[in-house]
Amino acid sequence: MSDPKIDGFELEKGFRGMAKDTGSDQTMFKGVHWGKAMMWIFLLSDTFVFSCFLIAYMKGRASTPVEWPNPSEVFALDAFGVPVPLLLIALMTFVLITSSGTMALAVKYGYERNRKMCGYLILATALGGLTFVGMQAYEWSKLIHEGVRPWENPFGAAQFGSFFFMITGFHGTHVSIGVIFLFIYCYKVFAGHYDEGKRGWFTKMKGDYVEVEILGLYWHFVDLVWVFIFAFFYLW
Amino acid sequence: MSDEYENKSSYQAQSSETISGTGSGVSPDMDYVRPAENPEQDLYHAHSFIEKWVFCQDAKVIGVQYFLTAVFTGVVGLILSWLMRLQLGFPGLAGFITAEHYYQFVTMHGMIMVVYFLTALFLGGFGNYLIPLMVGARDMVFPYVNMLSFWMFFVAVAVLMASFFVPGGPTGAGWTLYPPQTILEGTPGHGWGILLMLISLSLFVIGFTMGGLNYMITILQARTRGMTLMRMPLTVWGIFTATVLAMLAFPALLVSSIMMTLDKLLGTSFFMPTILKAGEVLEYGGGSPILFQHLFWFFGHPEVYIVALPAFGIVSDLISVHARKNIFGYRMMVWAIVGIGALSFFVWAHHMYVSGMNPWFGFFFASTTLIIAVPTAMKVYNWILTLWRGNIRINTVMLWCLGFIVTFVNGGITGIFLGNVSVDVPLSDTYFVVAHFHMVMGIAPLMVIMGAIYHWFPLVAGKMLDEKLGKWHFWTTFLGAYSIYFPMHYLGFIGVPRRYYEMYDSPYMTSGVGLNEFISTAAFIVGAAQLILVFNIVKTMKTGKKAEKNPWKANSLEWFTSTVPPEHGNFGERLPVVHRWPYDYNVPGAGEDYLPQTAAPSEVAHTEVEKT
Repeated sequence: MSDPKIDGFELEKGFRGMAKDTGSDQTMFKGVHWGKAMMWIFLLSDTFVFSCFLIAYMKGRASTPVEWPNPSEVFALDAFGVPVPLLLIALMTFVLITSSGTMALAVKYGYERNRKMCGYLILATALGGLTFVGMQAYEWSKLIHEGVRPWENPFGAAQFGSFFFMITGFHGTHVSIGVIFLFIYCYKVFAGHYDEGKRGWFTKMKGDYVEVEILGLYWHFVDLVWVFIFAFFYLW
Repeated sequence: MSDEYENKSSYQAQSSETISGTGSGVSPDMDYVRPAENPEQDLYHAHSFIEKWVFCQDAKVIGVQYFLTAVFTGVVGLILSWLMRLQLGFPGLAGFITAEHYYQFVTMHGMIMVVYFLTALFLGGFGNYLIPLMVGARDMVFPYVNMLSFWMFFVAVAVLMASFFVPGGPTGAGWTLYPPQTILEGTPGHGWGILLMLISLSLFVIGFTMGGLNYMITILQARTRGMTLMRMPLTVWGIFTATVLAMLAFPALLVSSIMMTLDKLLGTSFFMPTILKAGEVLEYGGGSPILFQHLFWFFGHPEVYIVALPAFGIVSDLISVHARKNIFGYRMMVWAIVGIGALSFFVWAHHMYVSGMNPWFGFFFASTTLIIAVPTAMKVYNWILTLWRGNIRINTVMLWCLGFIVTFVNGGITGIFLGNVSVDVPLSDTYFVVAHFHMVMGIAPLMVIMGAIYHWFPLVAGKMLDEKLGKWHFWTTFLGAYSIYFPMHYLGFIGVPRRYYEMYDSPYMTSGVGLNEFISTAAFIVGAAQLILVFNIVKTMKTGKKAEKNPWKANSLEWFTSTVPPEHGNFGERLPVVHRWPYDYNVPGAGEDYLPQTAAPSEVAHTEVEKT
């Protein structure tokens, strides 16, 4: 990683190197797998989706005539009879960020061809994601029990419920899709599809450990988005 | 190996000095091109009829599928425009067109033409067909995802078309779908119609994202040896930049669609303020309709350039080929495309001058809007300068290109009127606006599409379209389209508002009635004239003369495939190696009047330009 190389060509570093790569033939990102470049650009597009959601949320929150509910009260959780603000969210965030760590390790072991470790770490990541979705479901049901709905909210502005369910729901869908793929990749790693380059069921393309890294990129992105949602919903 | 890359870069730096036109400097490494970086692409060949023609992974077949589906929706849009013109020109003649129907026609015509016809045609159709061929790739980089992209688009079109048959009919909210009226009673199609429209748009965005990733990565990462970014045909640059815009603008459309779907289905109030209906307060409250307008136009304005940039690119190539001259100011053209693309994200609120906003905002957006005129005008000058003293062939393709320049300049100039706040406010929502955007993003791109069809038909089908019929097609369409839209400017000046079902006895309509009849008649003729193209294609497929290889004597790679039409994999056993840009026409000293991109410097050492 430290000194970039492609097929024996030394690549220049820094801005000059970037300009050179851009001006060269064949590829712009030297030695970068097609799928990896695709995931980066997809994530850029997805960033715009979440940005639009969050900007809409800021605008909605700024212009609503009714008071916005206090997040540290709404999201508080009773622990041993004492309401602790943001307890559940802290746990959720911790689990999700930890799963990012296990994912990064899975990528490392994948490239080292350590099939077992890679598989177990992907499994751990998937379980972390599943735990996150489970806790989110718990949080949703708690709020719904307290009377918060997408169209109304006993604590203040109705838009609170609308934006909360929409944005966390959209993020939760991303996590769920990631979890499904993590389980599939976990199976593929343990079955050795990436070692022997077995062709995919749908795409008919040869398997490779780079796919684990590509899924990892997606997973880290989902975590990063969560950090922003966390900041905008729970800390603001 | 490691110094080889270094050598190469120093070689590039010297090339302009050491390789002179004398031909004496021929050295063995003159033709050096860096070795291949990408491994040979792993292609999945079709095994059955369904895999070959239905769920096909070949970008060329996907391109044709996109093209045909988009043309189908375009025909629906055309028929809707006929119905509108029938009502406007001859009110009451067709009794079945009620005011509700009229609004539905306006809405569906607009949405179909902008999104499902032009965007899909340029990016899905031309993009899929031409990108791999022009950059020298065997296929798109993710053929399976590409196939999914088309079928997602197909489902989106099916959902859109289904909205014609649901209770209440399609939505009649205008193509901008402004809330709150879009989802409230009183607007036609406020139930099923709008819901299907929003679902269809979301599906379109998802489908397009899959395609767009393919186009971008193919261009960035899968070019053939020697194909630098600055040697790509401008067609590829136009489609590439439009794809980047789409990847960044469609998210806003997706988000606004999702939010409005929730407003409709769950009763949230993202865009819905407190509303009194017949004295009763509705459930909604606290939302912001202006928020929707911002989100919509953050998508909507780049969308204009998503349609226009591929047209710019394609027309540059067509003009260069048929004027037998290199494109004037290639680099300027590239930077103009990129610059227009970047600027298009900072102008969206010029669609909202009358929505009510801070005057300083209007000032900002008027400035950015007018700045866009600079790169656009540069492009127009460059097209003209490419034609200047060129060896122009006045064939059908060239006629369409000239038609494009005229209509585009016309539409561009009215754009400068509308970009100024103080001029826009009185002209806003009049036929002047209708005339402006139909000229600039309706007729002008359409001219390019037609030119492109006549240009690339020999490649796709292996036969030459009939020139005589083509010229008839052009002149009826061009003169007819001008007859439709030019008078509309005048209608706008006398204050005729757009989207009105009927003008009844409005005082300013005394001079407008005859004009409206004239415009409608022209619209019927122009629409029907498109049958000439259909007839031409049918006739050509039956009896037309077989196209020779590279019939236009063009330089770009799509004409140098192993077979015509190209088969799966495009280039036979070996991928082409590129040594120059695609615009070496009439190079002094070269035998023919064109040098293909694959011509190595040593082959043409006696010319004045060996390597570009």
